[in-house]
Amino acid sequence: MAAFLEVQNLTKSFGSNTVVKGVSFAFDKGEFISLLGPSGCGKTTILRMIAGFESVTAGTIQVEGQDITHLKPNQRQLGMVFQAYALFPNLNVGDNIGFGLKIAGMPAEQRRARVDEMLRLIGLPGYEKRYPYEMSGGQQQRVALARAIAPRPRMLLLDEPLSALDAKIRVSLREEIRAIQLDLGITTVFVTHDQEEALSISDRVVVMHAGNIEQLGAPHEIYNKPATRFVATFVGQLNSIEATILDPAARTVSIDGHIVTVPHLPADAAANVLTQLTLRPEVVAVGASEGNDVTLTGTIADVTFLGSVIRLRVSLGKNVISLDTFNDQRTVPPVRGEPVTISLASKNLLIL
Amino acid sequence: MKTNRFWSWLVFLLGAAYFIVPLIATFEFSLRMRRGEYSFDAYASVFADPRFHATFGYSALIGLFTIVVGVLVIVPAVYFVRLRMPWLRPFVEFVTLLPLVIPALVLVYGYIRLYNSSSIIPFTGSALGTDILLTGAYVTLALPYMYRAVDTGMRTIDIGTLTEAAQIMGANQVQIIWQIILPNILVAILSGAFLTFAIVIGEFTIASLLNRPAFGPYLVGIGTNRAYEPAALAIISFIITWGAMGMINVLGRFAPRTSARTD
Repeated sequence: MAAFLEVQNLTKSFGSNTVVKGVSFAFDKGEFISLLGPSGCGKTTILRMIAGFESVTAGTIQVEGQDITHLKPNQRQLGMVFQAYALFPNLNVGDNIGFGLKIAGMPAEQRRARVDEMLRLIGLPGYEKRYPYEMSGGQQQRVALARAIAPRPRMLLLDEPLSALDAKIRVSLREEIRAIQLDLGITTVFVTHDQEEALSISDRVVVMHAGNIEQLGAPHEIYNKPATRFVATFVGQLNSIEATILDPAARTVSIDGHIVTVPHLPADAAANVLTQLTLRPEVVAVGASEGNDVTLTGTIADVTFLGSVIRLRVSLGKNVISLDTFNDQRTVPPVRGEPVTISLASKNLLIL
Repeated sequence: MKTNRFWSWLVFLLGAAYFIVPLIATFEFSLRMRRGEYSFDAYASVFADPRFHATFGYSALIGLFTIVVGVLVIVPAVYFVRLRMPWLRPFVEFVTLLPLVIPALVLVYGYIRLYNSSSIIPFTGSALGTDILLTGAYVTLALPYMYRAVDTGMRTIDIGTLTEAAQIMGANQVQIIWQIILPNILVAILSGAFLTFAIVIGEFTIASLLNRPAFGPYLVGIGTNRAYEPAALAIISFIITWGAMGMINVLGRFAPRTSARTD
């Protein structure tokens, strides 16, 4: 089956500055895709090229097999939600939602019915007479979502729609967006710099860096098997541990005097050479733990209380390892300066 | 602190007196047409004059056309400069300021030279042509005010994102300007419109040299051969001008609000 959205060798240059460098990907109908990356990585430019707001320097964009690369935005039949809501201040909620339908020439009666349907979908029935300035940011963004999907677009584009909202509303609205997307089965491209947002609601995530795709995969693949050092450090927390290679054949290294066998070493690894190992904080345990074959001793350098989780920084010598432990209300939290034993599974030590 | 306030008030009152005293004197004089008592006879005389109605009606109509033409030219121009050619803004701002530094006399002589009855485009060859020329001249004269009013209006809304939001929903450029941009800057446009109206109603030089029956030349004509009516007319035109200015203030309260509720 042909892909629903297919982007091939997409390139965008502003003068001599190339911000998107020959990016290609393909997605199926109904998928929720996130373009994730830091500011300036090209994710928003890709979304704007899909929408038609930026011209394409090279490459093609196809939706349902139709080449839309050079179509005007108003000919693409796409819906979009903007970071700044972009509701029309002169129109009330009903007219905002019905704008696309009016432009398409839908009769007033049908339009009203569709607006009512959309207002029920976003949980704001009876709000059609309100004006944008009378609503909170979260409500405005829900109206913007309803406005985008009311004309039944082929695809929904979300340009950091949660960035302007406060933390609590951001979480509830992202769940709402995902629920509506699943309900309608609409293919959605979501741009964000927030890895938690991308991982929590996407079917697949495209991690971008400096105009290139670093990795494309399901959220658990991105997190558990990062393809590059950039992905590993950008998505989630990561410990970087300095180790000395002891025996490349036996894959043994020394971490501050502790001898550890790692799953693999680079082909060109040589004895007595320094290397960097990486480790997620959540795979390190305080004390011995089932399945953990490496035990290290050190001193607690810092304790950060985060509510349900306590983040410890343990000094092993030259290396400092961050680890997360659940807050057990029956025990006293660890104290800075205390000696501590930590354990981990050697298979989780990766060289990227 | 109190001394500071005293001097502030003194300067304010002196400034206010500079404007208000001549106005009161003119008003008082306009009421003295009847010997020995105050009356509105001068005003009655003005309103009874058919030329007052004819010239005021003519200038009001020309003012209306000036506003329409001005809006049709300036709104799309400001919109496209802000949206697509922001680098052109300093140049456009400079051009819109030219009518303030080029005297109306120079402008109208230029027009007469270019558009006289023996030229390729003989606007002055007919009354209608001259009216069109006069309207064009007034659009130019009001350009600095209309441009700034519209530009300020567009600055208060995010025209880039609103345009994109409308575009992605299928709207074309005309629909975007007509249904989204124009209603959101309506108050700014009306401010520019009232300023334009105030300018057109009192304008003398261009109307006089193009020999059109406008209100400005009528005011000057009355001033040369009557005693009390010019004072009454000055007060009437003052009220019209300040009424137009007041409307700008009133309309400002109806500007669309763009910020979200913060609760």
